[in-house]
Amino acid sequence: MIFEIKNIYKDYIQAKQAVPVLHDITLSVDEGEYVAIMGPSGSGKSTLMNIIGCLDKQTKGSFYFDGTDIMSAGDKKLSEIRNKKIGFVFQNFNLLPRQSALENVELPLLYAGVSKKERRRRAKMALERVGLENRMNFRPTQLSGGQKQRVAIARAIVNKPRLLLADEPTGALDTASGEQVMELFEGLNKEGVTIVMITHEPDIARRAKRIMYIRDGRLYTEPPRNEREVQG
Amino acid sequence: MIENIRLSFRGIFSHKIRSLLTMLGIIIGIAAIIAIVSTIKGTNEQIKNNLIGSGSNTVKINLVMGDSTYDFGYETPPQEVVPLDDKSREKIVALDEVEDCTFYRTRENFMNVFCGPTQLESSIIYGIDPHYFDTAGYMICEGKGFAKNDFTDFTKTAVIDKTIADGVFSGESPVGSIIDINGEPFTIIGVAAKVSEFEPVIESVDDYYTYNQAESGLIFIPTDDWGMLFRYDEPQNCIVKAKDTDSMTGAGKKSADILNKNIVKTSVNGENKVLPKYKSENLLEQAKNLQDLSSSTNNMLIWIASISLLVGGIGVMNIMLVSVTERTREIGLKKALGARKRRILAQFLTEAAVLTSIGGVIGVLSGIGLSKVISKMADVPVAISTPAIIIAVAFSMLVGIVFGLIPSVKAARLDPIDALRYE
Ligand SMILES: Nc1ncnc2c1ncn2[C@@H]1O[C@H](COP(=O)(O)OP(=O)(O)OP(=O)(O)O)[C@@H](O)[C@H]1O
Ligand SMILES: [Mg+2]
Repeated sequence: MIFEIKNIYKDYIQAKQAVPVLHDITLSVDEGEYVAIMGPSGSGKSTLMNIIGCLDKQTKGSFYFDGTDIMSAGDKKLSEIRNKKIGFVFQNFNLLPRQSALENVELPLLYAGVSKKERRRRAKMALERVGLENRMNFRPTQLSGGQKQRVAIARAIVNKPRLLLADEPTGALDTASGEQVMELFEGLNKEGVTIVMITHEPDIARRAKRIMYIRDGRLYTEPPRNEREVQG
Repeated sequence: MIENIRLSFRGIFSHKIRSLLTMLGIIIGIAAIIAIVSTIKGTNEQIKNNLIGSGSNTVKINLVMGDSTYDFGYETPPQEVVPLDDKSREKIVALDEVEDCTFYRTRENFMNVFCGPTQLESSIIYGIDPHYFDTAGYMICEGKGFAKNDFTDFTKTAVIDKTIADGVFSGESPVGSIIDINGEPFTIIGVAAKVSEFEPVIESVDDYYTYNQAESGLIFIPTDDWGMLFRYDEPQNCIVKAKDTDSMTGAGKKSADILNKNIVKTSVNGENKVLPKYKSENLLEQAKNLQDLSSSTNNMLIWIASISLLVGGIGVMNIMLVSVTERTREIGLKKALGARKRRILAQFLTEAAVLTSIGGVIGVLSGIGLSKVISKMADVPVAISTPAIIIAVAFSMLVGIVFGLIPSVKAARLDPIDALRYE
């Protein structure tokens, strides 16, 4: 078991009123799984992902990541989990614009306290894994969207995390680049990396081994009726 | 840490104009302080040199009665003072602080000196021992100095200084001429000049007096010839040459103690008389007093310049706050990738410190340039002080850390999701 979410709720405080975003969500993911979470805009997908990624904390309920109670963990523990056990891939890449692809990929290793030489070596390996060995010294502005996302994936896997968390990884990409990213994910999953991916595109979600559906903050294992109609 | 410094440089250089404007307050403050400190140091060194004479390190030890120098011109020699002999001199030269020592007699002379038909208006006559020229810093620039037998055989020879040589003989060599002192003819055998000539700054009546005294001519005769003109038993004064400037005070005091052993207690009708004693001039202390005076006014200027540093520091804080807001996403991302709060804090603190340190270095360089300009324009001496430079750069770094603290804490406390959602 990588993580276990049990009956969690998440409220945002807006104008002194609690706005409920997540309702009674229960989800556990095992080693080696490839899960897609689908849902329309504003349904709470990113909110859920932030909780799974230990960036945010639930209002109620319990969340254990790799055996650690996240609710009560401090900055040190949380940073360590984010650094060593989770790799993030964002919709808008989130690369540091003034640093080269290689330096961007090295970043998590820097925070892990890896020596400079070793950082170089591992970052190069990760970039080779995503097929960007000839773009190592390019800056993000000199790369295409698909290449940027592959740099981001290299950065996410460089620390050999237990979980790859992707929030709409193909959202900003054309079909061809999106396809490349999907192939990478499938390859990584075959190598044993657990993946949780958020998307609202059914074609992308279908590539995963398990699909969860989120609607107005509630999680379903079956697609809601109107969505089933859409899918035919 | 090195990584942070490297990143800071990159960040600073990617916003050149903004960084420069931010540093401006620091640059101006540090430049002003360096210029002021250099001027203070220059003035102080000048005061010290003027009073002490650069490099000569000589201390005069005079016989005093109460508070004033014993004046031999009008008083009979005090019977308590035993004439100084070579033994006292050897003891003084044996002191650690002392390099050389000389005993001499001196008398101001008005009207009684003639060179041929020319009457010298005023002159000072010195009866000197063989060590005088070396110790007091004279060299023979024409003719020769006294030979051994001049001190013992009453050869009636004299050495004059350049003032008389130029004033009376106007270009012709005075060597071989006769100089008439109190009716006794002396043969001039040489001309002496100060080894290091320095120009004193006249700041008080006392300075004026000292300066002009040097203008009247000096006549040196062997001390054994003194009795022909004045009295044999007249007490001597002493000049010691210290090993270095800092040991001048010690050399003077210790030598005076040795000389004071030559003063015997006598009592007249059972009452203790006020005794004359040897006392060293403490030029170093006088210099210090003058220096303190000039420093205290300039210290005020330093406080004023510090206000510029404060304003500069606030400017740095302002820019750092803007920078934190601008880089909210970057901070969020770094946190998501596993950067701890303290790392974010260190990154921003380093950036502020590097920024102000660069400002400090530029400030130091401009300060040095500024003090050079001041010294050219206002004709005051400047001396660049290395400790001041180190302190200035360290202090500007401190300004960066202090004023960078609030923005850095703000950055470290950013919630990663708010930071990632930020647009
Ligand atoms: N900081 C916040 N304060 C208040 N409400 C918030 C905050 N963050 C998110 N929400 C609300 O929570 C709900 C879910 O947002 P979330 O970002 O999780 O949606 P999403 O499913 O990721 O949508 P999208 O597909 O458009 O990214 C939205 O209605 C949003 O308004
Ligand atoms: Mg979202």
